[in-house]
Amino acid sequence: MIGKRFWSLFAVALGGIYFLLPLAGMVDFSMRMKRGEYSFEAYRIVLADPQFQQTFLYSVVLALLTIVLGILLVVPTAYFVRLRLPGLRPVIEFITLLPLVIPPIVIVFGYIRIYNTSSILPLTGTWLGTNLLLLFGYATLALPYMYRSVDTGLRTIDIASLTEAAQSLGAGWARILTVVILPNVFVSVLSGAFLTFAIVIGEYVFAALLNVNSFGPYMVWMGGNRAYEPSALAVVAFAITWACMGLIQLVTRFSKFSTARR
Amino acid sequence: MAFLDIHHLEKAFGATRVVKDFNLGIEKGEFVSFLGPSGCGKTTVLRMVAGFETPTSGAIRIDGRDVTGLPANRRKIGMVFQAYALFPNLTVAENIGFGLKVAGEDKASIARRVAEMLELIGLPQLGARYPFQLSGGQQQRVALARALAPRPQVLLLDEPLSALDAKIRISLREEIRRIQQDLGITTIFVTHDQEEALSISDRIVVMHQGIADQVGTPFDIYNRPATRFVAEFVGTLNLVDVDVVEAANGRVRLGEVPVVLNRPLSARAGERISLALRPETVALGRTEGHDVVLAGRIAEVHFLGSVIRIRVTVGGQSLSLDTFNQPDRPPPAVGASVEVSISDRDLLVLAA
Repeated sequence: MIGKRFWSLFAVALGGIYFLLPLAGMVDFSMRMKRGEYSFEAYRIVLADPQFQQTFLYSVVLALLTIVLGILLVVPTAYFVRLRLPGLRPVIEFITLLPLVIPPIVIVFGYIRIYNTSSILPLTGTWLGTNLLLLFGYATLALPYMYRSVDTGLRTIDIASLTEAAQSLGAGWARILTVVILPNVFVSVLSGAFLTFAIVIGEYVFAALLNVNSFGPYMVWMGGNRAYEPSALAVVAFAITWACMGLIQLVTRFSKFSTARR
Repeated sequence: MAFLDIHHLEKAFGATRVVKDFNLGIEKGEFVSFLGPSGCGKTTVLRMVAGFETPTSGAIRIDGRDVTGLPANRRKIGMVFQAYALFPNLTVAENIGFGLKVAGEDKASIARRVAEMLELIGLPQLGARYPFQLSGGQQQRVALARALAPRPQVLLLDEPLSALDAKIRISLREEIRRIQQDLGITTIFVTHDQEEALSISDRIVVMHQGIADQVGTPFDIYNRPATRFVAEFVGTLNLVDVDVVEAANGRVRLGEVPVVLNRPLSARAGERISLALRPETVALGRTEGHDVVLAGRIAEVHFLGSVIRIRVTVGGQSLSLDTFNQPDRPPPAVGASVEVSISDRDLLVLAA
């Protein structure tokens, strides 16, 4: 028994070291900006940089918009496919997987070719158009994660019966989706939203090629020009990610009802 | 015209006709059960009444209004599902108030109606709970209250008791019947359980292969089954082979014993036909009014508590009979020779 336990602990420790050691090294390095002492100087510089504030805020807003768009796009689609067109599910699943297979650079080149200033729909010509293009692009990138988690969430509830129950009580589609379906897959939507957030916050290729000043290009620029600040920036990015994860855990645990407990 | 009128209803999925020329009129306040094995089309008819399936042809009218083309959410029909289908994210009170909220009623009247419904189902203190905090029986009561709250024209119950355990099933079915009678609501109850259907219905529709085999009161269905399927599906049945002696007045021979049915038979003299007999109409020993006496041997004795079911071999045929338990009279031993008696009136001639 003790032997078995030792080896499982050993395996966990090995995995832990693999993940934690580089992180520890990065944190250590990020705090050595001032010679001979540990300090948060690099963090101070990064956080005080107006470029950081501006690009980060931009990416956060864009990420939130992407999440909203993703929910509006994915929840009804996944719901109706499950409810009415189950035969179409493999097709939809394949389509949602395409963004994983096709590199972002191909997608963005396609966008630029189709929507450039001399095309019928010159989206790249205006600020709003470019941002919209970026938003749509990010929604596409997030599709595999969003669709999968929503679809998994829908599998855990009896959507056919819930839909019929709501219909017999007089509810129309909009109400069924917003009052009955969405709240019951909320946790799944949230995990999809978190992944979307993580993707959009650090995305570089789309932003760089569409010449948008978002957080991704800023990090790359910082990495190419400074020594300690990029590490501090990476630590900050990690902290944000972990905060998101923690929030999801909290929301899941303290949500008033849980499908898992049924 | 009946309150709920189902007129030449047909439903086909591809080449399979699951409901064939279904006609039924249900009066206001009536409790009608659709009884049949799985796949007989009973649920499909119910779902067409609810608006979840579109009939291939035929019409459904409620209170004189044709609802065949009306979407489910505009039919004013309450439905209770086998799987409860309570909204997991809403409390009991919010579940019950859902239909009222959809109808745009104000908060105060919703709260009043919800309290009234909770009282009706006997769970006045559980309004703030979530469905997962309730037992199956409680969930189904809430589902019933939710269906009834918006005052529907018709209540549809789709095997509402099937997911519950035996004791709760009986108490809940009595409660459903009580509530239905209190409110006087027109109700269709779908079940595959004959005991359920017999115990709570005003009328039963026995369905078989998409057709309504027989429509009648529980008493009629049980005692005068119209078809062989109805006779076999509802209750337990003995089938006895007899030889026709004379078809016109129904003279037959059961083994060596002559029996006069006093009913014309469609079979010809010399043919062998099956007659049906309920176990409780067969008496052990001679009984007044039972003119046909047969000699046999006890093959099996099943003590079921209040009832003892005995299988007797009579002239190569097997007959089941039910007697009540009597504490001072133990059941006969297996292998004992006995006489059983039946009344020719209790022999059922079944159409194919």
